[in-house]
Amino acid sequence: MTATITAPAPVKKKGGRPKANREAILLFLPALLPVLILSVYPLIRGIALGFTDARAGLHVDTNFVGFDNFGKLLQNHLFWDSFRIGVIWTLSVTILQFVAALGLALLLNTNLKFRGVARTLALIPWAMPPVVVAIMWRLLLHPTNGPVNEVLQKLHLTDHPINFLGDFGTALPAVIVVGIWVGMPMTTITLLAGLQGIDRTLYEAAAVDGASTWSQFWNITLPQLRTVIVAITSLDMIWNFNSFGLVYVLTAGGPGGKTMLPMLFAYNEAFRYGRFGMAAAMGDVMVVIIIAFLFFYLRNRLRSEA
Amino acid sequence: MRTRPGIRALQYVAVVCYLVFLGFPLLWLISSSLKSPQEFASITPSLLPKHFDLSNYTDALNEQGLVRGLGNSLQISIFSTILVLIVALPVSYALARFRSRLRPLTNGWILVSQVFPVILIVIPLFMILRPLHLTNTIPGVVIVYMVWSLPFALWMLQGYVAAVPRELEEAASVDGAGRIRTIVSIVMPLLRPGLIATAMFTFISAWNEFFFALVLLQDPQLKTLPLVLARFVGAEGQVQFGPLAAASVLATVPSLVFFAFLQRRLTSGLLSGAVKG
Repeated sequence: MTATITAPAPVKKKGGRPKANREAILLFLPALLPVLILSVYPLIRGIALGFTDARAGLHVDTNFVGFDNFGKLLQNHLFWDSFRIGVIWTLSVTILQFVAALGLALLLNTNLKFRGVARTLALIPWAMPPVVVAIMWRLLLHPTNGPVNEVLQKLHLTDHPINFLGDFGTALPAVIVVGIWVGMPMTTITLLAGLQGIDRTLYEAAAVDGASTWSQFWNITLPQLRTVIVAITSLDMIWNFNSFGLVYVLTAGGPGGKTMLPMLFAYNEAFRYGRFGMAAAMGDVMVVIIIAFLFFYLRNRLRSEA
Repeated sequence: MRTRPGIRALQYVAVVCYLVFLGFPLLWLISSSLKSPQEFASITPSLLPKHFDLSNYTDALNEQGLVRGLGNSLQISIFSTILVLIVALPVSYALARFRSRLRPLTNGWILVSQVFPVILIVIPLFMILRPLHLTNTIPGVVIVYMVWSLPFALWMLQGYVAAVPRELEEAASVDGAGRIRTIVSIVMPLLRPGLIATAMFTFISAWNEFFFALVLLQDPQLKTLPLVLARFVGAEGQVQFGPLAAASVLATVPSLVFFAFLQRRLTSGLLSGAVKG
């Protein structure tokens, strides 16, 4: 059926190519102008800004300063701290979120009861405004009337209320837990879709050969899911590294900069201190890091797949 | 099927753990929004409010800034959704139907716009919009949102377009309909589910958006709901948790309503986009 539909198409297209191209461009036109002005140009300009001393204000001269900003960044220990925090945050959230999501996806893929509830519940965090998520977790983790402290004290796991978001030691882990809560849904749904795409007969064959559930998981599920896993973890990594709103409302980077993600640091540089050039330079460094990371991650993954 | 009872029990325990982790925060938020101030002050908080109290909601709705924020958010989300649909429909059609050189370029742009941190874009955007007197205005934010939800909208929609059978269009063109006519009267009606899904997605992402609004809107009159809520939290010390929780619940309602409606379609739309992209 599909063969008979698709077969004549290429012949037709060869005949009408110039006209088709013109039509395609016409259809692109309404999007082209806004995208060029508000996306492509700002992006290029933004990258270039990192090499200038641009500052906030209406009539300020902007000069090209080469790699000055990057030199200054390298000597700024706050910048290094922020990057270290960014990397810890990104890796922990991405990995833990993946493990938790895979577990949930596997459960949702079985014939358990409550699957519908769990599935819907798993999607809600994704639809909520990040600001609301942050407010909600501030209520939950509140030192005096939050339920988390209440439960911990009832179980005698702690004898005094913990100020999760305000203590140096607990702020980053607490923020990471919230990050996992927010990001899990999308990852779970993607993995679940991947799981449902796996050919059932593979498991049947393995069961006939006497393979245990565990070995089926290692030898069928994981290899079959590889592309989906690589895709979703890469995306999660990018999103987490670039995330802003959630932590901005949860802790605003505090206490004492313990949760100062790179985006928060750059935001402060730009809009609190007005150092546009410096902030853009930070953005440039972030791009380089993301691309380098993706390059190695994807290269290794794809190679091991081949 | 052939799962042993012990394993089955463990599975249920695991599901319950997930349900608590995912669901308890939501329950707590809702219950907080229904508690009276006295109950809030109590040192032994309980999940269920002792008596349901709607005063937090009335307090929240009496708050000037909040209602204005709600109105601003609605305006911005509706207008940017309409703009996105107008722009995304022809482009996604072209992406799905023509093998033009614009296709790899567009897909490249979609990818790049995901990878780049918004800080790089927001500063130049700010510098472009200011001389045009579009910072601190609703239209300014609307066009920014339009451009920034476009990648995902395109990605979703082109999957739906690809699913519309070509023969229908060929039949229309045999009958003498031009390309635009074909799109409007043949493709668009068939795309309705896809357009609805895309519209909802765009609406929610505009409704939830925080960063661009934070930078582009300084005027308190123009602040969107997330900005108003975030400022409430910022006013540390005198935070009134009850009304704040109520406002948070209200801010989540549109997303949830849309989402409940959309749930199944969204996942299938995402996947069709992924396969055809």
